[in-house]
Amino acid sequence: MRKYLVRRMLFALGTLVGVSLIIFVVLRILPGDPLVAILGVEGIAKMTPADRVHIMHDLGLSDPLPVQYLHWLHDIVTGKLGKSFFRGDTVAELILHRGPISAEIGILALIVSWLVGLPVGIVSAIKPNSWADNVARSAAILFIAIPGFWLSMLIVLALLFWFGYKAPIIIVHFWESPWQNLQIVIGPAIVLGLAQGAYIARMSRSCLLEVIGEDYVRTARAKGAEERTVVLGHALPNALLPVITISGVLLGFVLGGSVAVEQAFGVPGLGRSLVTALIERDIIVVQNLVLLYAVIFVLVNFLVDLSYAWLDPRIRYA
Amino acid sequence: MPEPALPPADRSVLRELLTFARRNTLSAVGGVVGLLIIAMAIAAPWVAPNDPLKTNFRHMNKPPDAQSLFGTDQVGRDTLSRVIYGARTSLFVAFAAVLLGTTVGSLWGVACGYLGGRFDLASQRVMEILQAFPDLILAMAISVAIGTGLPAVIIAIAITRLPFGGRVIRSVAISVREMSYVEAGRASGASAFRIMRLHVLPQCVAPYLVLATTHLGVAIVIEAALGFLGVGVPPPTATWGNMLADSITGLIPQWWLVLFPGSPSPSRFSPSISWATASVTPSIRGSPRLPPPRHGAGRSAPAAAPALATARPGAAS
Repeated sequence: MRKYLVRRMLFALGTLVGVSLIIFVVLRILPGDPLVAILGVEGIAKMTPADRVHIMHDLGLSDPLPVQYLHWLHDIVTGKLGKSFFRGDTVAELILHRGPISAEIGILALIVSWLVGLPVGIVSAIKPNSWADNVARSAAILFIAIPGFWLSMLIVLALLFWFGYKAPIIIVHFWESPWQNLQIVIGPAIVLGLAQGAYIARMSRSCLLEVIGEDYVRTARAKGAEERTVVLGHALPNALLPVITISGVLLGFVLGGSVAVEQAFGVPGLGRSLVTALIERDIIVVQNLVLLYAVIFVLVNFLVDLSYAWLDPRIRYA
Repeated sequence: MPEPALPPADRSVLRELLTFARRNTLSAVGGVVGLLIIAMAIAAPWVAPNDPLKTNFRHMNKPPDAQSLFGTDQVGRDTLSRVIYGARTSLFVAFAAVLLGTTVGSLWGVACGYLGGRFDLASQRVMEILQAFPDLILAMAISVAIGTGLPAVIIAIAITRLPFGGRVIRSVAISVREMSYVEAGRASGASAFRIMRLHVLPQCVAPYLVLATTHLGVAIVIEAALGFLGVGVPPPTATWGNMLADSITGLIPQWWLVLFPGSPSPSRFSPSISWATASVTPSIRGSPRLPPPRHGAGRSAPAAAPALATARPGAAS
């Protein structure tokens, strides 16, 4: 097990180094002068070449590219993460300030997806092709296909029209005011959670159906176990492996989706910061936030791999 | 006799379609609606009641009425016409991106699977790195980096599709590589390129089609999300995402500006299109007009199935 763990960890680390290189290269080929983005065309025109050299040096953009890359790695290791072009705060501060909101949304979405998806999948699998199964499958297709951000806009509109309600659009952390905080995060969490829940329902249905057909389940039935025990106690644990995998894989979908959904709900999370930074060409912020999203994604998939190896011994020795 | 051989083949495809429609009514309905939307996009100039870019300052922010069925936006443009023309841009971007991304990815996958060795190992690492990014975030970064515009958006979405084609088709190519007819080709002295082109590639067509249709829906959603976030096809071009982005520039969005651009999104039908393709494919493969399936056909399909199942469904939002 330890050997497997170390190998997977090295793999993940290698992937992340590759990820950082790609981010760096992609953002450095950005067309246009970053100073134009910061100061505007007029500002550039008024600037003397000496000023220009000075500012570029301040921003750390005058070094050769490999040096810039090493600087960035150094910043990551020391946890400073560089500064925004436009705002005084460092990216680390930005992440600490806005990150918790996005993290809450992600975790709540995960909880919602399992709470909704798994029961629906089990009900579908117990009576395949019944009306309940058909309703569940149609609903799943619907939620997979509807773009999350559009659903979010509709929810915001409906609440506003019928109840005159608008969620607060300021940053309120959970430890400051749990009630206000919940109002901010619950909308995005439900939208993202339902879409994931749809995948989980489909996956758990098909896996459970497959397992229920196996011999050992028939044996369990034959020895007179209750149907409840057979499905939940015998079949379900074996059907859950692929569902756990897909749940980890879906995280990419939540991370990406949360960017658009946060925008639609007006939630001031990390996704909003990323979009703003991209549009403003605030390279330092963009490179760190994109890396952060990739790190989270790789980390979760790493954990999923581990849980898989832990739950299914065959994988360790393969 | 080749002449009478054709009609029965046609009928069998038709019959298979009908059987499919009876068994999967939902998918069939989805497929039909999807086709209608494609038709609407192609026929936009004849279907749309108005010019999608024509502003009318005497008729701004009007709710739906007889003159403009879907209402008008902040500068008096007809929402219905914009939705219809938006279908054009959105579908064009999605089709082009999927075609480019899946095709290049699949060819890459064939090379990886057949050649193996160091090339395969390096390629796998690159694909892993590409898959380490959430789709939408990678597409956003690339689209901004190479400058927002139609080609930039298409390339950005295509790059996010590369690893899916690569991985799935690679696993098919690996299983085909071991077939005896491929071995026979090698024994007869055919070059690797020739074997890949004539023997491996044809086996990858079915999974390729399934893959492409599956990812069409994802691509449509990514395009819409890019437009919505302001890093997609630049305005004033009508795309569904742009229209949604425009609708929230006002303090309180008008409901018709939000409801209509989102609702025709055929992404919801795309799973059904892909099911339809998956079920029709065997009949296409069986039809006499295409080269008959080689010996590996029965084996390559199951090989592709688990790979498809593990392909990330990840969408933009």
